[in-house]
Amino acid sequence: MALTFKDIERVANLARLELRPDETEHTLAQLNGFFTLVEQMQAVNTDGVAPLAHPAALLGDVALRLREDIASEPNQREASQASAPAVERGLFLVPKVIE
Amino acid sequence: MSSSFPISPTSPSLDLHDLGVAELAARLASGSVSSVEVTQHFLARIARQDSLGAFLAVDADVSLAQARAADVRLAAGERTPLLGVPLAHKDVFVTRDFPTTAGSKMLEHYRSPFDATVVSKLAGAGMVTLGKLNCDEFAMGSGNENSAYKLVQNPWDVSRVPGGSSGGSAAAVAARLVPAATGTDTGGSIRQPASLTGITGIKPTYGRCSRYGMVAFASSLDQAGPMARSALDCALLLSSMAGPDPDRDSTSLDLPAVDYATDLIATPADGTSAKPLKGLRIGLPAQFFGAGCAPDVLAAVRGALAEFEKLGATLVDVSLPLTELSIPVYYVIAPAEASSNLSRFDGVRYGHRAAHYLDLTDMYKKSRSEGFGDEATRRIMIGTYVLSHGYYDAYYLKAQKIRRLIAQDFQTAFAQCDVIAGPVSPTVAWKIGEKGDDPVASYLADIYTLSSSLAGLPGMSIPAGFGEGGLPVGLQLIGNYFKEAQLLGTAHQFQLATDWHQKAPKASA
Repeated sequence: MALTFKDIERVANLARLELRPDETEHTLAQLNGFFTLVEQMQAVNTDGVAPLAHPAALLGDVALRLREDIASEPNQREASQASAPAVERGLFLVPKVIE
Repeated sequence: MSSSFPISPTSPSLDLHDLGVAELAARLASGSVSSVEVTQHFLARIARQDSLGAFLAVDADVSLAQARAADVRLAAGERTPLLGVPLAHKDVFVTRDFPTTAGSKMLEHYRSPFDATVVSKLAGAGMVTLGKLNCDEFAMGSGNENSAYKLVQNPWDVSRVPGGSSGGSAAAVAARLVPAATGTDTGGSIRQPASLTGITGIKPTYGRCSRYGMVAFASSLDQAGPMARSALDCALLLSSMAGPDPDRDSTSLDLPAVDYATDLIATPADGTSAKPLKGLRIGLPAQFFGAGCAPDVLAAVRGALAEFEKLGATLVDVSLPLTELSIPVYYVIAPAEASSNLSRFDGVRYGHRAAHYLDLTDMYKKSRSEGFGDEATRRIMIGTYVLSHGYYDAYYLKAQKIRRLIAQDFQTAFAQCDVIAGPVSPTVAWKIGEKGDDPVASYLADIYTLSSSLAGLPGMSIPAGFGEGGLPVGLQLIGNYFKEAQLLGTAHQFQLATDWHQKAPKASA
């Protein structure tokens, strides 16, 4: 099953990426090459096999943990916002969202 | 010459860069050299070999301040294994004192408000940071050709790649610009560059090291590890890097820290020095020794395996039947996770923001398209597609099911052997630009490292000899869960009997 130009445009929009038409063509060719490789997976019988999302599930009795939902970090607002593209009075600035 | 590099060419400390971590630590402990002197020496080498492209950031003032602090601790009588020894960090570990870019234009001016856990643990042990090391953008690549900033040259042949994604780490260690470095390994990014540059590197069991402060690529696969010249040096570093991080990484394993270095020096299993590996069964997966592996690589690997037999180990045949399938499985799962992780780059809280845009959505799109390079963009596209409605079951879920089968195959193999061995990379280092614009060609070269990553197993690369063009070949050793000590011990015995790990490229002279 080959992807189409429309598929690439749809996925780029979902991923909030903007591709020029020539980039879309190029990506289409590369992804179709890649998915030829991916189709090999369909030959493997996985009936009754549970998906493995994470290797920790294989580590026996080593349990992953949750911590108490309490604020444990010091307030570092200025340091955290130092690398932000646009900040004013401690707030992140974004383009107008509500008309 | 700036005051940061006061060492004259006639300084007797000029051989300091030939020393590994353990040897430097011994000299520092004896007082024969200071951390400031060691740090100045390496900073001068880094400045001289800037054309290698290994470093993205250095700051002599920061490094020397850390070295002076280490010297104070040494003068006060403190004797800990890494005190005053310098290293450098792959640029995916966030650092307060240096910029962190992850090799991406997206983070060109980023300065982290905190240190990664691995960084703070090594700093706490008294290590001095020499700077930040080049890597593929967001650790996505196998040749360091995806760095947004510059290529890294392989010190053994500067027309060739050092491997990736921890290519700057590998090149810097191989060229003796640093005695050790940190790396990260998602699908082979410690082992493969270690192999291609003739150094030693270990990817621990998933969860051994905290991922806190590692710029996330694929969260169910990412793992930090040390890269150095010997298994002993890696053991020293890993002992400080590993350990639970209960409040900051819920996937860090709740296991006590291990002193891997002391274990190495312990008496061999059978109490004799002639056959220190007697009783060790090394499994050779048939799929790792097929036609896909270049003859020069196979010859070096077989030579190393013969040495292991001399040391008392026995070789047994095992099978990992889904080895080839690990490529599509990995390249579905890792991009799926990457597309989620990289969604945080929205041009709002940190990272690049486009100068011109129409509205919020346009700002996201333009900022992301300008900030991400080709490979990151490609993986976001793949990941978004395999997670999208109608394709999730056929691709993402299917890959996760095969992932379980791959992990089960390893347990079947480990019923017959203690460690698994084979090549790391099917070829020696390739020419910069040789793989062209075909991502699939690059992905296929990851065949021997992906399956153990998917299973979460520890693996390492140790220098095993040389192939065509006098280029290094690494031997991969894969252990069962939590068996880092066994891997390091096996590698250490090999390195006591051989000197491949002591070979240095001419460029490092």
